[in-house]
Amino acid sequence: MDWQYFSELFLGGLTRGSIYALIAIGYTMVYGIIELINFAHGEVYMLGAFVGLIVAGVLGIMGFPAPAILVLAAVVAIIYCAGYGYTMEKIAYKPLRGAGRLSPLISAIGMSLFLQNYIILAQTSDFMPFPRLIPDFAFLEPVAHVFGSSDFVIVATSALFMAALTVFIKYTKMGKAMRATAQNRKMAMLLGVDADRVISITFILGSSLAALGGVLIASHVGMVNFAIGFVAGIKAFTAAVLGGIGSIPGAMLGGLFLGLSESFATGYISSDYEDVFAFTLLVVFLIFRPSGIMGKAKVEKV
Amino acid sequence: MQELKKSVLVSLWFMFLTFPIMVVRVVEKSVVLRWENLAWIGIGSFVLSFVWRWALRRKEMGRAASREGAKNPGLMAQLAGANPALVRAGSALLLVAFAVIPWLVTTYQTNILISFMLYVILGLGLNVIVGIAGLLFLGHAAFYAIGAYSYALLNQYFGLGFWVALPVGGIVASLAGVALAFPVLRLRGDYLAIVTLGFGEIVRLVLENWSSLTGGPSGVSNIPRPGLMNMELSVAGANIYIYYIVFVLAVITILAVSRLKDSRIGRALQALREDEIACEAMGIDRVGVKLMAFGLGTAWAGFAGVVFAAKTTFINPASFTFFESAIILSIVVLGGMGSNLGVIMGSAFLVLLPEYMRAFSEYRMILFAAAMVLMMVFRPEGLIPATGRRYEVNDPELAASGEGR
Repeated sequence: MDWQYFSELFLGGLTRGSIYALIAIGYTMVYGIIELINFAHGEVYMLGAFVGLIVAGVLGIMGFPAPAILVLAAVVAIIYCAGYGYTMEKIAYKPLRGAGRLSPLISAIGMSLFLQNYIILAQTSDFMPFPRLIPDFAFLEPVAHVFGSSDFVIVATSALFMAALTVFIKYTKMGKAMRATAQNRKMAMLLGVDADRVISITFILGSSLAALGGVLIASHVGMVNFAIGFVAGIKAFTAAVLGGIGSIPGAMLGGLFLGLSESFATGYISSDYEDVFAFTLLVVFLIFRPSGIMGKAKVEKV
Repeated sequence: MQELKKSVLVSLWFMFLTFPIMVVRVVEKSVVLRWENLAWIGIGSFVLSFVWRWALRRKEMGRAASREGAKNPGLMAQLAGANPALVRAGSALLLVAFAVIPWLVTTYQTNILISFMLYVILGLGLNVIVGIAGLLFLGHAAFYAIGAYSYALLNQYFGLGFWVALPVGGIVASLAGVALAFPVLRLRGDYLAIVTLGFGEIVRLVLENWSSLTGGPSGVSNIPRPGLMNMELSVAGANIYIYYIVFVLAVITILAVSRLKDSRIGRALQALREDEIACEAMGIDRVGVKLMAFGLGTAWAGFAGVVFAAKTTFINPASFTFFESAIILSIVVLGGMGSNLGVIMGSAFLVLLPEYMRAFSEYRMILFAAAMVLMMVFRPEGLIPATGRRYEVNDPELAASGEGR
């Protein structure tokens, strides 16, 4: 067993998995509350990367230092994506509440195509280079070949934000309202929870995390394109399903699980079938254990 | 006044929201600011927010009205229920018109009509699954690909001709559909959608990566066009020949699918869409009927795939992305789920309109995407809603008491 290679794959999987987890949280939160697969969530991530790219471009011309650009780009991307998530919900999902399951899903697919084409028309359909904004840390020097500073920043930031989210959900009033709405929306409304507001906040939080993921991964990979949201979205959805959709710790775990298993599969089996592997995992999980690792099996009432 | 204020706020919000994407553009170390876009967004969203609220209010009113029982059938429903003799005459006229068209127009336009009819076939196939059976299916392009590759590969390795490949492609796609359906039948609506999407992507990725068999991303080329009794046809002639093949296939599809809807299986599917548990209580074989829906729907995709391969003589995995599935789905959704006339109109809308309005083609996808969202919000039943067969009650007493409708 080659430990060097193994740890390389492990750490690569960790980076990948943190990003999947960040995006998966948005899916899982929305699903937990309104039982909708927000198909356009991957597009929010892509928008985040693009807003980050534009901000980075403008600030780069103005001569800001790289770390400042990274922070500002992330902040602006989060603000804007929160706005997009909020608006999206108001336009495409809110009028459809209580209209069955298919209509909102089709509307979400429409929204996803709309946002992709919006980027194509307003910006470009080409691959855009994203500047390398993460500086090299001196203390990571000895392990830089397996775990670079961008990996470190991604893992650390994701862990930080996920911890903050957990605290928010567990200890604040809004978090409590969210959990109540997820459990039983009608009952929560009867007890005075403003469900519309809870849903809006859910979209805002999910979109913010996706935007953060977008900026981080874009500066890690160095490339941005209008289509990156689709695959990332599907994989994050897979992560959410693996962990048990509707459960936030499940989404984090599922993200890491998917990232690691993908990394090992490409490293030890074949890199050609990287995406096939994720999709197969998704299909297998949905068929045999749709409640995921952390979820409880639901009994359907007649 | 209140309304005006609301619209101004909406317009300001959208101007803020779209600012970085619509206005700022970084080109090679310089920033281009496109302020005119901001103005367009502002004016556009101001106007649209009025329309939006008006439409929402109208929808609410419509809902209230239908609750009171005042139901007036729309224009299209009236048309569909019109004099059967008139409908028959109209269809016959259309058939004749489509039969002579290829002799009157250029090869380019024949090509467009071929792709229009291919989408009709694909859309009707998907309509069996999505519209009639109510199973959201996002992998239709995969079966289109299976059909196309069946012909291309069987021809390349075994020298099979078009006419042998046509049924084979349909059968292979149909079997693949059943094979996919078998494990996923237990899943609920949205999970099913994702699994079928995943399956569609797996098929595409396998085609792309299994280079030794499928030629990888560069695909298969030099697929022969169908021959007519060993005659060598010119390119234009072969095109017209394919036109007729697609035309006949499309007519058969239309007949078959509309017969299917009122058949025993079709009714079972529609009933399953409404309530599975009740259906099982009534003795409908849930698994068998659903498998049938998948098999029937994907078979048409297979046929269309074979014809597509023969038409273009070159195929590669890039033609069968999720995008393609989304287009076929939007044909069905825009036209009206479950309505065959709707699917035909939907494909006409999606294929012909952008071809004949070149200036508009750049905005084609974004407009369709917006239409998908708007359709779901304001008119989920589609352009031409599906109409079930109605039975009239002739007993005047019963009719008066409002029992029969």
